[in-house]
Amino acid sequence: MNTPGTPARTTVDYLLGLGDDALVAAQRLGEWVTAAPELEEDVALANIALDQLGAARLLLSHAGELEGAGRDEDALAYLRSDREYRNCLLVELPNGDFATTMAKLLFLSAYQLPLYAALSGCADERLAAIAGKARKEVAYHLDHASIWTVRLGDGTPESHRRMRAAVAELWPYTNELFVADPAAPVDPAGLRSAFLANVEPVLETATLERPADGWGPDGGRAGLHTEHLSYLLAEMQVLHRAHPGARW
Amino acid sequence: MSADRSSAARRAAATVVDPELRVLTIEDLGVLRDVTEDAATGRVTVTITPTYTGCPAMDVIRADLRAALAAAGHPDAEVVTVFAPAWSTDWISGAGRAKLAAAGIAPPGPAGGRPVPVTLGVRCPHCGAADTQQVSRFGSTACKSLWRCRACREPFDHLRAF
Repeated sequence: MNTPGTPARTTVDYLLGLGDDALVAAQRLGEWVTAAPELEEDVALANIALDQLGAARLLLSHAGELEGAGRDEDALAYLRSDREYRNCLLVELPNGDFATTMAKLLFLSAYQLPLYAALSGCADERLAAIAGKARKEVAYHLDHASIWTVRLGDGTPESHRRMRAAVAELWPYTNELFVADPAAPVDPAGLRSAFLANVEPVLETATLERPADGWGPDGGRAGLHTEHLSYLLAEMQVLHRAHPGARW
Repeated sequence: MSADRSSAARRAAATVVDPELRVLTIEDLGVLRDVTEDAATGRVTVTITPTYTGCPAMDVIRADLRAALAAAGHPDAEVVTVFAPAWSTDWISGAGRAKLAAAGIAPPGPAGGRPVPVTLGVRCPHCGAADTQQVSRFGSTACKSLWRCRACREPFDHLRAF
């Protein structure tokens, strides 16, 4: 989107988008720690969050160095307001029930897998190296979300009802992932067929209907977020803002 | 820069153990990529790569490397972290695999070319039985999953092919 008065998107914006997706997803997944339905899932979601956090740190560090304004990963994570965050809306939505969390993870990992695969061959060598590494980790996340989507969708009437509701509620938010971006080294629109190839067979096996395409909210990449992000950031940033430079 | 693989610096770096898999050195694990010594200044550069991007052991490994190199007479050694090529469990040495099994951790199978390899079955590191079952896809660290043996009934960790 390039309206008068809106500065053109830069490579730094694009990198912030990648890093913020991973960071906000990590923060949301971390909320499940000690609250997951079973201990194994507690461990799984914490490990997936750790992978996302690892990618976020590398991506934000790269964005900060490219920007050249002296902002490191901590400055970018802890000292930007919601309007300065560039993540997609999907990752900032509340966790909801376990089915909602798994649908979010399914859509995110089904998008990140072809995204990172494509970026691992891009001209920015540092981004390519980060993507080549994150790609291997995200493949395991996609497997995990796929297994749960099938288990819940093709499970009891109650688990099916919840999984179907989660997929229907979140589907519109996947539109934003594939909006064209002139600053992207890999055209997001070109990733949608790979995303669908990851998601559609899983939904079918899970006896879930693939929702129809239509209207989808966006704005996250331009800093226009749902109110949920403000609360997430408040919790994530409060310690650093209250005690600048605090260390363990 | 001259790669000097037999140098004292290389030997010192190779003694550092992984803080989460303490039976393995970072050399066994394939995390230690290179040790070079500047021919003119004698300054040592150690190159390492993380197993997983979020691996919390990396800070400890860096600190342990600096300490080991300082003790070997290189207090100004530099530790560089690289991400490409991405680490693979295929880089774990034969000696490393044997140490894992001896410690009750089933070593990984070949990672192959796919991002997520097909698990061909994991042998129990305690009794060697093939009749094992995955309990949890994730384990105590990012690189492990949790299994149990149906033959000897013992639980065990498995380092996932990656």
